[in-house]
Amino acid sequence: MDLDDEGSNFELKEIQTLSGHTDRVWSLAWNPATGTDDAQPVIASCSGDKTVRIWERSALTRSWDCKAVLEETHTRTVRSCTWSPSGKLLATASFDATTAIWENVGGDFQCVSTLEGHENEVKSVSWNASESLLATCSRDKTVWIWEVMPGNEFECASVLQGHTQDVKMVKWHPTMDILFSCSYDNTIKVWAEDDTGDWHCIQTIGESSNGHSSTVWAISFNAGGDKMVTCSDDLTLKVWEADIEGMRSGNDQVLWKHLSTLSGYHDRTIFSVHWSREGIIASGAADDAIRFFVESKDSVVDGPSYRLLLKKEKAHDMDVNVVQWSPGQENRVMASASDDGTIKIWELATSSN
Amino acid sequence: MVSGLINANPVVYEKKERRQRPASIPDADEYSAEAIDQLEVFDHVRDIKDPEHPYSLEELKVISEDAIEVDDRRSYVSCFRVTFTPTVEHCSMATVIGLCLRVKLMRSLPSRYKVDIRVAPGTHATEAAVNKQLNDKERIAAALENPNLVDMVDECLAPSYA
Repeated sequence: MDLDDEGSNFELKEIQTLSGHTDRVWSLAWNPATGTDDAQPVIASCSGDKTVRIWERSALTRSWDCKAVLEETHTRTVRSCTWSPSGKLLATASFDATTAIWENVGGDFQCVSTLEGHENEVKSVSWNASESLLATCSRDKTVWIWEVMPGNEFECASVLQGHTQDVKMVKWHPTMDILFSCSYDNTIKVWAEDDTGDWHCIQTIGESSNGHSSTVWAISFNAGGDKMVTCSDDLTLKVWEADIEGMRSGNDQVLWKHLSTLSGYHDRTIFSVHWSREGIIASGAADDAIRFFVESKDSVVDGPSYRLLLKKEKAHDMDVNVVQWSPGQENRVMASASDDGTIKIWELATSSN
Repeated sequence: MVSGLINANPVVYEKKERRQRPASIPDADEYSAEAIDQLEVFDHVRDIKDPEHPYSLEELKVISEDAIEVDDRRSYVSCFRVTFTPTVEHCSMATVIGLCLRVKLMRSLPSRYKVDIRVAPGTHATEAAVNKQLNDKERIAAALENPNLVDMVDECLAPSYA
């Protein structure tokens, strides 16, 4: 496979730049139900301009257009957006301390619910795989778990305390109802439900467990769900692994262990990291660059190590805030967004020599 | 006597002589290949008013030209590091001063410039905590959506726009 061949040359080809937002773009999400033969790819993006934009690629021209601007709902920066696994709902998290839920009703996006409760800025929102739970996190140091009820009703199931600072991101495990959060307090926390339905922290990954030494900005899982990668202000990416079979059998004692630290590759804060289903780790950083890493087949002794596949300098004119691989049929297509107010669609291709 | 001010009697220093500059339109620098130097960065911040006293950051020696460093390790990214010295070790205005520096430079320098702000090592009791906040752009962005804070910052920045 070309990823294993260290002689292969890769290049990141720019497909299109999506402009429209009038302030920095903080995040974006590919609609998971699109990018197939029947459904053209769709992306949602959110910005400091308080709006969310929906972009769709035209089947005819293969060019991306802005299909909708979701405005007049959030009163401050929209920090994060994520589609439900079925692609039917979009959740948006805002500095205005609310999380809005949107539904596409005949081409029109309507806000069908507003989740209130956090004391200040909501930073991230995540749906679990079965779409039965939603998690949000905030600068108020808490993580909230919401139950999704019929009729677009959401009920707060738990308010999780434990982080000692601003919580930057929450992410559900891809297959199990285990929740992960990362924070300005430099730790990653793992949360699970016990037999009595109470949620609690089953693991805290801090500096003493080979964890990060500064703010952890993002978490991403590999396709199998047995590894995760985190990125930080400490300029490293860290890869973690866990015994997936043990987790599946409901063993609460299963711990995530440090596998590898990728250091020396970034010299400014890494804001985003995303693991593709093929195993390519993409990172977006404050030096305007996007980097790609793959597992190196070299070292077998201490376990897998990772090597830099490609570094794209000046991917944007300003900080890269988010990188997200497309879930669609097309391979190695990725989107990024930046403080420069744009979203870029890319294709990671092998360059012809 | 309780004056309410953190530092009621700051030491006021003389201002450094100003270099003559040709008048330039701010946006003209956006695409110019000419690099911005330390003195130019200093010129943008020297007249910022201290939040508590009717003196500039330069006059109080909170900021000086030497405390601005160019980091040119990478050819594709231009960075500045600005170090400021609060007048007192327990200065709770440190984050406000840092925020003022950040906002002024954000508004004055072309967007391709990265700025790192920190307090001079050893000059503040909670140095690490202050530095972390001042360099977390998400926290800065949220803070700048607070109108009261923006008003306070704008008041400090007013004299620096001349």
